[in-house]
Amino acid sequence: MKRYSAFAIAREALRDHMGWTRAWESPEPRAQYDVIIIGAGGHGLATAYHLGKEHGITNVAVIEKGWLGGGNTGRNTTIIRSNYLQDPSAAIYEKARSLYETLSQDLNYNVMFSPRGVIMLAQTEHEVRGYKRTAHANALQGVATEYIGPQKVKELCPIICLDGPRYPVLGGLWQARGGTARHDAVAWGYARACSDMGMHILQKCEVTGVKTQNGKVTGVTTSRGDIGCNKMGIVVAGNSGHLAEMAGFRLPVESVALQALVSEPIKPCMDVVVMANTVHGYMSQSDKGEMVIGGGADGYNNYTQRGSFHHIEETVRALIETFPMISRLKMLRQWGGIVDMTGDRSPIISKTPLEGCFINCGWGTGGFKAIPGSGFAMAELMATGRSPLAAEFGMERFREGRFIDESVAAGVAH
Amino acid sequence: MLLLRCPYCGVDCDETELSPGGEAHLKRFGPGSEDADFEGYLFQRENPKGVHFERWRHANGCGKWFHAARCTVTLEVFGTYSAQLTEPPQDIKDAITAKRPGWHWREFA
Repeated sequence: MKRYSAFAIAREALRDHMGWTRAWESPEPRAQYDVIIIGAGGHGLATAYHLGKEHGITNVAVIEKGWLGGGNTGRNTTIIRSNYLQDPSAAIYEKARSLYETLSQDLNYNVMFSPRGVIMLAQTEHEVRGYKRTAHANALQGVATEYIGPQKVKELCPIICLDGPRYPVLGGLWQARGGTARHDAVAWGYARACSDMGMHILQKCEVTGVKTQNGKVTGVTTSRGDIGCNKMGIVVAGNSGHLAEMAGFRLPVESVALQALVSEPIKPCMDVVVMANTVHGYMSQSDKGEMVIGGGADGYNNYTQRGSFHHIEETVRALIETFPMISRLKMLRQWGGIVDMTGDRSPIISKTPLEGCFINCGWGTGGFKAIPGSGFAMAELMATGRSPLAAEFGMERFREGRFIDESVAAGVAH
Repeated sequence: MLLLRCPYCGVDCDETELSPGGEAHLKRFGPGSEDADFEGYLFQRENPKGVHFERWRHANGCGKWFHAARCTVTLEVFGTYSAQLTEPPQDIKDAITAKRPGWHWREFA
């Protein structure tokens, strides 16, 4: 792999940019790998990357039915934060956020991490109390957040209307080192680093079945032939239920559509991320100037990657109250991703009833921010059988009643 | 936008008139049941990529609960039926078989 650097750009500029090589290889599948990761999204690629980097396992294939980063990795609103209430969540999301800080250097690929700060608005008395509690919890967990008053919110985000007709802004939970990153670049950067370690990234290779012997996984059947493995990781977000069915177990997961949209590009007008959970909308401005907007998920099972129109209307209607200046903006594009919601709205990083098969799913509406931490924990679990970061996220917690109840903590899906 | 016909009042309603109620025909397990059964009833879901049976409520209408048979991949609706039934009626099953030969969903097929 040729390193990207200022020097490399200068060198290539002098020879008509003919020396750039492909960022990752597209090899033919081998018959057998040590580890197969199903799903070449952010979480799957990060898992493969950390298997190689921390555990020296490089005989790995990452299998993808479409193109890499084409699922929820390329469909989210790119927000990164770790201001969670419960200890296990704060630990894994803060691990992820801290890895994002140096990810561009680690991968030698610019993921455009922009720690511009995230405000979660408190718009009811309950939210004020909730976010103060979260700020105290974060102080104990070593996550840098603070509760701020309305004037500070206005200072950080001048386009906000503090005296909204329904929900005035009473304060907010501020995480100064939260922000955004370039979602595609995260997938591409990991893919390039994995390929450099000799791993195979097999795109347009759909898994059609899981092969087992004596209760242990031995491989998969795919649209590009049978591939054997010693261990398998399922990291497929919305399709987790579908893959679990092939592997012969059930999950406490339901797949629903979550939508996002962007406006026409405008001049810079907000340099923080604002989330308004009571009215359920969140917004940031991309480097191109588009306002990136996300909102609520559909309430019913869906695999169409579209979503219902009335959710867009609800989200935009709510945001116009808080940001009156966006009322004349035209919306350019809308899209949906299929998110996997668990019973307690927290993820699953777990062994499964099938020996040698591991699953990383259930990130629901908030997976992008967790990618590096999720990959780190999943790789540790797959390589050593145990991961302190993933310990609380086992799927047995639903049977044992040990929920990680961020749904109540966040007030909404998060 | 989903359109479902309420089997009670006969109105064709769009989804803003309805509340989704999750997977249909769950077998309920209560006190005294095995942990695995209780977990299955509370949390484990079919979540199929294809034919699915759900509960819906005509919330902004007659207010009654009913069942719907739907495809989660195409959003096609195969039919709606009474909430009193413990399994899909034969005509709905036949309608599904006509369009999705070989479908299965738990023990109903």
